[in-house]
Amino acid sequence: MKKLISLADAVALIPDGAVLMVGGFMGVGTPPNLIDELVNQGKRGLTVIANDTALPGVGIGKLIAAKAVARVIASHIGLNPETQRQMIAGETEVELVPQGTLAERVRAAGFGLGGVLTPTGVGTVVEEGKRTVEVDGKTFLLEKPLKADFALINAKRADYYGNLEYALTARNFNPLMAMAAETVIVEAEDIVPVGVIPPDAVATPNVLVDYIVAKERRHG
Amino acid sequence: MDEKTLIAKRVALELADGNLVNLGIGLPTLVARYIPAGRHVFFQSENGIIGMSGPIAGAANPDLTDAGGNPISALPGAASFDSAMSFGLIRGGHLDITVLGGLQVDEEGRLANWMVPGKMVPGMGGAMDLVSGAKRVIVAMQHVAKGESKIVKRCALPLTSVRRVDLVVTDLAVIEPTDKGLLLKETAPGVTVEQVMAATACELIVPASVPEMAL
Repeated sequence: MKKLISLADAVALIPDGAVLMVGGFMGVGTPPNLIDELVNQGKRGLTVIANDTALPGVGIGKLIAAKAVARVIASHIGLNPETQRQMIAGETEVELVPQGTLAERVRAAGFGLGGVLTPTGVGTVVEEGKRTVEVDGKTFLLEKPLKADFALINAKRADYYGNLEYALTARNFNPLMAMAAETVIVEAEDIVPVGVIPPDAVATPNVLVDYIVAKERRHG
Repeated sequence: MDEKTLIAKRVALELADGNLVNLGIGLPTLVARYIPAGRHVFFQSENGIIGMSGPIAGAANPDLTDAGGNPISALPGAASFDSAMSFGLIRGGHLDITVLGGLQVDEEGRLANWMVPGKMVPGMGGAMDLVSGAKRVIVAMQHVAKGESKIVKRCALPLTSVRRVDLVVTDLAVIEPTDKGLLLKETAPGVTVEQVMAATACELIVPASVPEMAL
């Protein structure tokens, strides 16, 4: 059970064109070194599933600026003018999903569900092309699960088994995404011995985590 | 008092003691400053917290921001959670009030507030879930923008939800959408009923007497 991996090796696992889920909300809870290394390694054609594309120069905004992303599935791109520019210029495809629906679509994939029924979006452009289902006289949209090849997760603490603890509003989509991808790569602020994180504080159980990015010691 | 302050102060009167409230980005965030004395209101931010403070300056916790990415603090008694829980609170009928900005509200009380096709496509963020799920939806917006009324017969812009909002507070008036149409409830200080009607691009139901906002 060797989960520790170098940053460069972790990102080298991700091929061009991969589908990534990236935790975070306006960059808070987005793994910073994994993002920088994706840019360093010059990835192209990625699909990014995330709440938003942050700001220029922040979090996923760096992937957008580096033209690493072909497709975005997000709830909000309003604070990143570059994402909007690329969308209008036809360089990047953007699918906008209501935020609660995005969370539930990711959760549905990770929880083994065939989709979720939500009232959100009924009668709006979000309904276009989707099935509606009536339950007890109320109309819902059938929203399908969203899966990814890789989830890039930012935790407050990981232990060496891969149990994860999150902090405050940096939690957001991270625990949901850690269940919905084939390969889960974690960047944690601290890596602690097994047993340090109390069981009640573990939000993502270790079995979900494939790799933990090792801390690098630097000199000079 | 400027127009935004007026709107925020009037909306704040709608928040009751013990309410769970979500304030949208922009004008609605001002509402938190004017909660009447003696009322304790819990504010949710959809990125995963109940019990947030307003934006703070100085030594900020990098793991703690509001939905606009501004540093905040967690007040004693705060709770944090993931996005599924956050939207479960919103969609599941646990949120007492959401206050949102608006681009248009129509005669049926439907709100458009998330895009202007071809011009501004920021994404709906949490707005569609908030309007679908909150117990009360209050729209806080200017009555007129760029010379055009934002209260219209039918929204030309894409709808946020088909749900009828509960109250619209503008710099000119308080309007309650009902199944019979838009009911003029109050006028802003110094504003006449005729001025409100002239600034509105659809019919209003005007009672015999319309009080002034009691701020």
